[in-house]
Amino acid sequence: MAMQFYASPEQIMRDRSELARKGIARGRSAVVLSYTGGVLFVAENLSSALHKVSEIYDRIGFAAVGRYNEFENLRRAGVRMADLNGLSYDRRDVTGRALANAFAQTLGAIFTEQSKPFEVEICVAQVGATADEDELYRLTYDGSVNDEPGRMAMGGQAEAITGVLKSEHRPDMSLSEAVRVASKALSSVGGEGGAARTIAPNQLEVAVLDRNRVGRTFRRITGAALTALLEGDAAGDAAPADGRAATPTVPTEEAHKPTTSAGSADLEGQPQEKPEA
Amino acid sequence: MFTNAGTSSFTSFLSRVAPEMLPGRRPLPPGMAADLAPHATTIVAISATGGVVLAGDRRATMGNLIAQRDIEKVHPADAYSLVGIAGTAGIGIELMRLFQVELEHYEKIEGAMLSLDGKANRLAAMIRGNLGAAMQGLAVVPLFAGFDLAARDPARAGRIFSFDVTGGPYEETGYDAIGSGSLFAKSALKKRYRAGLSIDDATRLAVEALYDAADDDTATGGPDLTRRIYPVVMTATAEGTHRLTEAETATIAEAVVAGRMENPGG
Repeated sequence: MAMQFYASPEQIMRDRSELARKGIARGRSAVVLSYTGGVLFVAENLSSALHKVSEIYDRIGFAAVGRYNEFENLRRAGVRMADLNGLSYDRRDVTGRALANAFAQTLGAIFTEQSKPFEVEICVAQVGATADEDELYRLTYDGSVNDEPGRMAMGGQAEAITGVLKSEHRPDMSLSEAVRVASKALSSVGGEGGAARTIAPNQLEVAVLDRNRVGRTFRRITGAALTALLEGDAAGDAAPADGRAATPTVPTEEAHKPTTSAGSADLEGQPQEKPEA
Repeated sequence: MFTNAGTSSFTSFLSRVAPEMLPGRRPLPPGMAADLAPHATTIVAISATGGVVLAGDRRATMGNLIAQRDIEKVHPADAYSLVGIAGTAGIGIELMRLFQVELEHYEKIEGAMLSLDGKANRLAAMIRGNLGAAMQGLAVVPLFAGFDLAARDPARAGRIFSFDVTGGPYEETGYDAIGSGSLFAKSALKKRYRAGLSIDDATRLAVEALYDAADDDTATGGPDLTRRIYPVVMTATAEGTHRLTEAETATIAEAVVAGRMENPGG
C-alpha cells in the first residue's frame, strides 16, 4: 500500500515562513519615515530604473523589499485599485488604509493557498496634514499588517536599522536631516563583520510624499539634489517647496533600459545566508 | 482581478473588470437622444511660441435653454497637455475624467509619460468607443493640445489634435476650434492668426475668437461681465499646464469687450 507523506499544517506554514524570511533577509533594505515636510522613502537600490519606491496615488506611496517581480505585481495591483476607486468615487476617497487592507488580503491568500509565498515586505504610506496624521503600514509576506509610528525599516537586518532610526529619528526633522538619518541607518549594517559602511548616493533611491503639495504629492529626488541633501546643504531643503505643483514626473529614458531584475541585483555580492531579521 | 499581468492601459483594465464604467459599453434604447442632455459648445486652440493655448466658453445649452452658465469645458489632461470637450456634456465630462486617469495610470505603471502622439491616439480610441452613442445623437468631440517634450524645436512644441466621432486624430497647424460656434471662431482666427505668436498674444486671440463665436452663435456664451463669468483659458508650456486666474481672464475679457465697444466686428 502506498504511504502518503503527511505534513502538518503547522509544519507547512513554518516552512513557508522560513522561505519568505530568508528571501527577504538576503535583499537590501528600505526605510520609510515622517519628517516636517512629508513622508520620506529611502531604499538601497543598485538599479536606477527598477524602482523599489513608487507612487500609488495623490497622497499614497509604496515601498518594497524582496523579489522584484512579486512586489511589482502588487504595486501594479495597488495602482489599478486606487485609480478605479478614485474614478468611481472621488480622489479623496482613496485611502492608504483601504490599500493596506487589500494588499493584506492578497498576501494572506497567496501565503496560504500557493505553494510558494511572496518573498516581499511592503510599506504603504499616506501623508497627512501634519506628521502626526501620517500613516505607515507595514505588510509582511503572510498578510499581517502593522501600523508603524512614524518610521519603519524593512529588508535584511531590519532590526538593527530600526534601532538606529529609533534613537535618531524625530518627526520634526527637516528633509536634509531625515535623508541623512535614513542613509546612516541603512549603512549601519552590512559592512565587514557587521560594521557600518558607506553607501554611494547613486545607490540610494529617494522619494518623498510632499505634505504641502496639492494633487499628486509623490516626487523622486535624484542626482545633484540628493547629493546636496546628503551633504546637509540647506539649499537642498528649500528645493521641494518651490516650483509649480502640477509637474509630477518628467519623462525619463528609463523606459528604454533593459530589464534586469532589481531582485537579482540585490543578491549580487551578498553572502548566501544571513541571520534572519 | 487586480493582480493579472494585463496592460498599462486603464481603459483596457476597465473593459476587463468593469466594462459598465466605459461610456461606449452601455446599451442604449433605440431612437434619437440628442435633445436629452445639455450640450457643451465652443473650444479654441492656438499654438504659440513655446507652447499652446486652449480656451473655452462657459455655456451649456439644451435646445433653446441655457442649461449652465459657468460650465468648465477645458481641463488639464496631465502635466503637459490639455483637453477641451464639445458635444453631450455628461458623456464628455466622463470621457475626460477617464482620459485623465488613463494618462496618469500609464505614467504610474510604466514610470514614464506617454508621448504626445500616444496620448492623442489613446483619446482617439476612446472617442471611437463612443461611436454607437454618437450615432444616436450623444456625440462627444474633444480638442486636444499639449506641449511635446520630444520636440526638436521647443518653439514649435505646442501641438493641436482634433477628432471626429469616429476617432481621428488629425493634427492641426496653427489653430483649430470645435463645437457649435467653431465656424465663427475659426473664421476669426483665419484672419487674425499668424505664426510665431507669443503666449500672451495667443491668449488674447483665443478670447477674441470666443467673442466672435458668441456674437453669431446663440449656444456659445460671451464674457458675462455682470455675473463675472469669463472664458476658461489654459496654457501648456515647458513648465507644464497652467490655468489663467480669474483676475487675468477678467482683464483680457474686459479689454476685448472694450475693444468691441469701438468696433463691434473686432
